[in-house]
Amino acid sequence: MADMTEKATKKGRVVVKIEMCKGCNLCIEYCKRKVLRSSEELNSMGYHPAEPDEQMQCNACMLCALVCPELAIEVYDE
Amino acid sequence: MKLKNKWPKYYKKDVVTHYCPGCGHGIVHRLVAELMEELDVGKRAICVNPAGCAVLAYKYFDIDMLESAHGRGTAMATGIKRARPDLFVFTYQGDGDLSAIGTAETIHSANRGEHISVIFINNAVYGMTGGQMAPTTLLGMKTTTTPSGRNPGYDGYPLHITDVVATFPGVIYAERVAVDGPAGIQKTKRAIRNAFQTQIDGLGYSIVEVLSACPTNWKMTPAQSFKWITEVMTTEFPLGVLADRRKKG
Ligand SMILES: Cc1ncc(C[n+]2csc(CCOP(=O)(O)OP(=O)(O)O)c2C)c(N)n1
Ligand code: SF4
Ligand code: SF4
Ligand code: SF4
Repeated sequence: MADMTEKATKKGRVVVKIEMCKGCNLCIEYCKRKVLRSSEELNSMGYHPAEPDEQMQCNACMLCALVCPELAIEVYDE
Repeated sequence: MKLKNKWPKYYKKDVVTHYCPGCGHGIVHRLVAELMEELDVGKRAICVNPAGCAVLAYKYFDIDMLESAHGRGTAMATGIKRARPDLFVFTYQGDGDLSAIGTAETIHSANRGEHISVIFINNAVYGMTGGQMAPTTLLGMKTTTTPSGRNPGYDGYPLHITDVVATFPGVIYAERVAVDGPAGIQKTKRAIRNAFQTQIDGLGYSIVEVLSACPTNWKMTPAQSFKWITEVMTTEFPLGVLADRRKKG
């Protein structure tokens, strides 16, 4: 497990563009690594945007970006 | 670190759409924009968009767009494609637009085998106008005009219009897919790619029906809507390739 975590640490990084996010939570639902959560803050449209919680766990699998209807997610890898 | 998902070239930069949270339209828009780039047709593409929630799609796609009167999309696309066969012409329509008010245009453009592609968003309701029954509404489904559920004795049965046009010899490719999760989204992209490639190869008419969430009118969360598509909507509208006449062309 420790190995996996380390690998994940190196691999991915997720960025949510909070002013484009409508808080639909689909990315949170489909991220298998539970990287994302719903923010307690509101954006200027009045939605609770998604935000990375366990960024270290991200493996850049892209599922969150695939389901995002708003193109509000950027995924980076090495 | 390297960005894995570049913004699609044919989608307006950092646009925020008017769609409700979790609406399937946004996802299908992205897939179409990605394919415009991947198939290199964006510069010669014209999209005919509908009356319905996608009425403002011209504000989002960075390609040439023409707005149709309600339901008349495939008639307009017919004219455009016949006048300019060098262009890549597709419609983007909802189920109210394509299978209610636009039934005649849909049937006859398909039967003529026009060399156009049709993206058909089936969310089982009239979304834009507040969730009234559409021809595609499921039996027993509650809408604002079927408050106690669609009753076949009074309201008739769900219309499977893609299955109807799939029987026409002029329809080269027809598939039904669902935007109900990552796998469904990937399959939807493959289906639209096949439909677009059918036109690029000069083979003729293609249509992709996409079962798509309308969380607002279904009164569900986006995640519940995706699950409902998988578990309930696909039992009325089974997924799969409904016609593939590409090889015979
Ligand atoms: C000639 C005409 N009749 C009625 C309307 C009102 N109207 C606008 S959108 C719509 C239905 C849209 O439903 P659908 O095609 O399923 O698209 P959705 O909004 O669900 O994406 C109707 C009846 C109109 N714009 N024009
Ligand atoms: S890229 Fe994959 S692991 Fe990373 S946040 Fe998105 S869904 Fe989760
Ligand atoms: S899927 Fe997109 S719009 Fe929905 S919560 Fe995640 S980032 Fe926001
Ligand atoms: S009403 Fe339904 S189809 Fe229209 S934008 Fe909202 S969720 Fe999407």
